[in-house]
Amino acid sequence: MVRLTINGTAHEIDVDPNTPLLWALREQVGLTGTKYGCGIAQCGACTVHIDGAATRSCSLAVSDAVGKQITTIEGLAQNGILNRVQKAWLDGDVPQCGYCQSGMIMAAAALLKNKPKPTDADIDGAITNICRCGTFQQVRAAIHAAAANA
Amino acid sequence: MNYIPQINRRTFIVSTAAVGGGLMLSMDIPLGPHVVRAADGSPEVNAWVVIRPDDTVVIRIARSEMGQGTITGLAQLVAEELECDWSKVTTEYPTPGQSVARKRVWGDMSTGGSRGIRTSHEYVRKGGAAARIMLVQAAANEWKVPASECTASNSVITHSPSGRKTTFGKVAEAAAKLEAPTEITLKDPKDWKIAGKPVKRLDTADKINGKMMYGIDVKLPGMLNAAIKDCPVFGGKVKSFDAAKVAGMEGVKKVVQVGDTAVAVVADTWWRAKTALDALPIVWDEGPNAKVSSATIAEALKTGLDAEQAFIGNQNGDAKAAIASAAKKVEAIYSYPYQNHAAMEPLNATALYTADKCEVWCGTQNGEAAFAAVLAASGLPANKCDVHKQILGGGFGRRGAFHDYVSQAVLIAKQMPGTPVKLLWSREEDMVHGKYHPVTQCKLVGAFDKDNNLTALRVRISGQSILTAVRPEALDNGKDPATFQGFNATGEAAIGYSFPNLLVDHAMHNPPVPPGFWRGVNINQNAIYLECFMDELAHASGQDPLEFRRKLMAKHPKHLGVLNAVAEKIGWGKPAPQGVFRGLAQHMGYGSYVAAAAEISVEGGNKIKIHRIVGATDPGFAVNPAQIDRQVAGSFVYGLSALFYGECTVKDGAIEQTNFDTYDSMRIANMPKVESIVMPTGGTPWGGIGEPTICVAAPAVLNAFFAATGKRIRSVPLKNHNITFA
Repeated sequence: MVRLTINGTAHEIDVDPNTPLLWALREQVGLTGTKYGCGIAQCGACTVHIDGAATRSCSLAVSDAVGKQITTIEGLAQNGILNRVQKAWLDGDVPQCGYCQSGMIMAAAALLKNKPKPTDADIDGAITNICRCGTFQQVRAAIHAAAANA
Repeated sequence: MNYIPQINRRTFIVSTAAVGGGLMLSMDIPLGPHVVRAADGSPEVNAWVVIRPDDTVVIRIARSEMGQGTITGLAQLVAEELECDWSKVTTEYPTPGQSVARKRVWGDMSTGGSRGIRTSHEYVRKGGAAARIMLVQAAANEWKVPASECTASNSVITHSPSGRKTTFGKVAEAAAKLEAPTEITLKDPKDWKIAGKPVKRLDTADKINGKMMYGIDVKLPGMLNAAIKDCPVFGGKVKSFDAAKVAGMEGVKKVVQVGDTAVAVVADTWWRAKTALDALPIVWDEGPNAKVSSATIAEALKTGLDAEQAFIGNQNGDAKAAIASAAKKVEAIYSYPYQNHAAMEPLNATALYTADKCEVWCGTQNGEAAFAAVLAASGLPANKCDVHKQILGGGFGRRGAFHDYVSQAVLIAKQMPGTPVKLLWSREEDMVHGKYHPVTQCKLVGAFDKDNNLTALRVRISGQSILTAVRPEALDNGKDPATFQGFNATGEAAIGYSFPNLLVDHAMHNPPVPPGFWRGVNINQNAIYLECFMDELAHASGQDPLEFRRKLMAKHPKHLGVLNAVAEKIGWGKPAPQGVFRGLAQHMGYGSYVAAAAEISVEGGNKIKIHRIVGATDPGFAVNPAQIDRQVAGSFVYGLSALFYGECTVKDGAIEQTNFDTYDSMRIANMPKVESIVMPTGGTPWGGIGEPTICVAAPAVLNAFFAATGKRIRSVPLKNHNITFA
């Protein structure tokens, strides 16, 4: 049994401690908003927050997440109110297929926590997620819009 | 939007299929007076429109949403004619099984070739218009007044002389019992209020909070998970595997062979299935292709560049004679590699097989093709099968013509009757079992007379045919007409120049690497071949690349229109900022005219910074300019990823790239500022949006790279030339 704190709730999970957090989230906890894209920390579709830091959950063993605050896309809105990044995404009609967008939003939310007014260079450095639909132009605009709404 | 794919959609099929024909418009003869009902009991006014008592309008969408915005665009077209309140619109997919039961009332479900809107706009608009006419008639009947005195707007019907009003929801039940109208006049697009406007997508809300259900997220009661490995060598088979070695591993339920070529492990979770599969000893019979490599394929294609035998795609005059008597000749050889679609959501399908029923839940670009795969793999008849389409995490052509993943899921589920099984490919499996963008090489020869006039163009394409592998019935006496996309004399992918003498032909060679329709298909390489070579010809004859093209485009006003638009916006002919260089390209595909102009700078001879790229699109009619703008920006990402990184190489009969570490894709740091010009000029048929602009990104940048460095790049990706993003 592994005890994880996810979106503020404790979960007892019957899983091998070496299992990637991504798969524990999706298969044991049932939080499927976090996506599998590559399994080798390249694409960022599986990005979650570990103690507030954007982390690729496909390459993090659940044992390394014990005792930490795990936040997934499902836990980003607070009391039904969208996070400002989600709001900017909605206003800017950012997603296309949407599959990579959970990870993209989580990476953007972590960036804004560290740098409330990021420059384009900050965005380039922090957002390394792959989007095959090519939403980058809308992603950049939405991050700036979210920063302006802080 | 409220659209969440629901597995209880099955009840909807049963309730409607039981009624048989029902009320069908546009595609079939209405039978009335039976009311066909949706799962919640709400009446179908016709196949396209269900109206709930609370005035919610459910618009049926036959095509598949994979990010391109087709759900929104098609709903706009129906809503425009329906005169409904756009804020009350939601959408749903009918299932292929239901479509078959109702004589294909929704028409083609195929979502490829940028066809979603352009080939169905007329009948979906008629569906919306017919429903409006019936709703108005129902209100008129209730009021006992002529329908001609009533109008519909914003889901409200008004009897003008008396001022009486009612809503769609109140008369939908009565409308559903009426005969469908036979005379339908569609609005002039200039009167559109919903269509043609940059309305927001209907599917965004669930894509920002993790709620959107993709195929990979399907969960059924008692479901197990499967991981699969197919013989990595194309044409190889399973020789043996040692199931006992993994049978005791945690969660493992069964190890099964899938067809002749693959082995799958079924477990309680996918991670456990994959872990066991990685530990499973499998011996492959690698078959006849075990020695095939990129080098052997390239060698074979090279012989085609001068082969006697070739299929002619377009010709006028006598190009060979003109070249033979030319004062000056320019010759170049280009090539284009295999590429994987690499949709972000790896391929997957969930199947439930019982002795008398087989159902599949999956993302597919063609519900009917997925359905056909279920029938074939299950061995069950159409009335015992169905497919529940999920939102796609990208398609790009991989989930259209090919449903290998669906067949596999059914073949696995068949070995575990009564248990739903979700098959998910690993990224590695997805990379090595693609249906790849085909390989071609191209030799181009241009001829000039002594006065520096271009007298002839000769284009010899050598390489792979997609249709031969995928749709042989579409071949024309062995010729693959799709090979000539963008080089054709007429049609939806016509060349934009008039040459005094022209010959374009294709020497076909089909390596054992399976080809597929890869977003943009053959215009991707053909635009590089033609537009980079046009740039070469301009420079060889000392002419400005824009002016050189314009002289040949007098009879191609729409091609010229988009080219002029990007040239003007990029500032062609005016000085560029210090160190910045420009390149142009234009092409036609999928009925749309497209052009691009890029501004780049180059550091150290090999690091490219793309500052701006202007894209112009003339699709005839623009249903949602905001979504076209996004498709253009996204298309440039797809095209530039291919230009810089995209290549799958073959070694020992298998693809070498296995994940995004060896098959890279562009990131936000490399994203140029995209300026999109949407310039519809009307006419028929309409053009598509999802694909055409991809192809002009690469030649525009390559031509700018030549302007910056004097180096002509004739093979992609750029990584092979040690050229990177700055």
